[in-house]
Amino acid sequence: MDQQTIFLTILGMMAVTYVPRALPLLALAQRTLPESVVRWLGFIPVAVLSAMLLPSLVITEKGLDFSADNIFLWAAIPTFAVCWKTKSFVGAIVTGMGCVALGRLFFA
Amino acid sequence: MNCATLSSTNRAESPLVSAFRQTLPIILGYVPVGFAYGVLAQKSGLSGVNTILMSLLVFAGSAQLIAVGLFAAKAAPLAIVATTFVVNLRHLLMSAALAPYLRGWSKSRLALFSYQMTDETFALHVGRFARGETGPGETFGINVIAQSAWVGGTVLGLAASTLITDIRPIGLDYALPAMFIALLLGQLKSRQHLAVAVIAGVLSTVLMLAGLDQSHVLAATVIAATIGLGVHAWTSRQSS
Repeated sequence: MDQQTIFLTILGMMAVTYVPRALPLLALAQRTLPESVVRWLGFIPVAVLSAMLLPSLVITEKGLDFSADNIFLWAAIPTFAVCWKTKSFVGAIVTGMGCVALGRLFFA
Repeated sequence: MNCATLSSTNRAESPLVSAFRQTLPIILGYVPVGFAYGVLAQKSGLSGVNTILMSLLVFAGSAQLIAVGLFAAKAAPLAIVATTFVVNLRHLLMSAALAPYLRGWSKSRLALFSYQMTDETFALHVGRFARGETGPGETFGINVIAQSAWVGGTVLGLAASTLITDIRPIGLDYALPAMFIALLLGQLKSRQHLAVAVIAGVLSTVLMLAGLDQSHVLAATVIAATIGLGVHAWTSRQSS
């Protein structure tokens, strides 16, 4: 693909990314929402984060993978533990990346 | 001085300093992921300019990583745009979740804010806004600092791409899952939230295994949040 086509694709990506980010804020911010809608929206952060995270941990190219080879899954345990204990965002990322690097070094 | 500034933890702190302090974890998350994106984009045939432009114009971590994979696989431009749309559609829900807190803001300010709303800035803002900290200086400071870290990481990745042949041995591809783990733990405010998270994760996994490769996140999120609302309505009726 030539660079001009890539650039036009990026502009397309920009448009389809911006509209869903802006539309609800522009449409909903000026009005009072019913309590149930606000409560529903309050569940969105945990739901969306978990829905993005879990498949990346348990699904590999082999499908559902709970084998010892699935480094992403097992690295999540110390990452969770460190984050839980220290409340440190950075600590969690360093732990996770470190475990994956070590796992690949010794077991892959 | 507006009330948002007064309610922040340190009253003497300027909005920019406070923004930087709060954004620090995001910076440390974005630089390695942006770096990984920069390296991968180079290996997928994007020019340096296009690689940086994508971080400036799109600013969406996971979508950018998925897109460079598609560019490398020679996918059609329309397929790449459509995938980006589906992957980023979750921001629709995040944007709606922030709306109740930003009622006093003008349309143009909301339009500008939306441009830099990512998973991570959302997770930070949802906590701040709930505490009444909606000061525009600090809010936009956080967004600009976060995107600068993302673009900075991209540039570093571009510069280093010739030195790094494989990102796997240093675990860079785990930066994103680790960041989601940390953000998720910060959002588990109650047992109901925990239950919604478990349902969403399991459902998303099942849907992805069933072949729903791009819309599983959105579908699982909507269903899990709706179940959470139903359970809440049911338990509050039981106790009243």
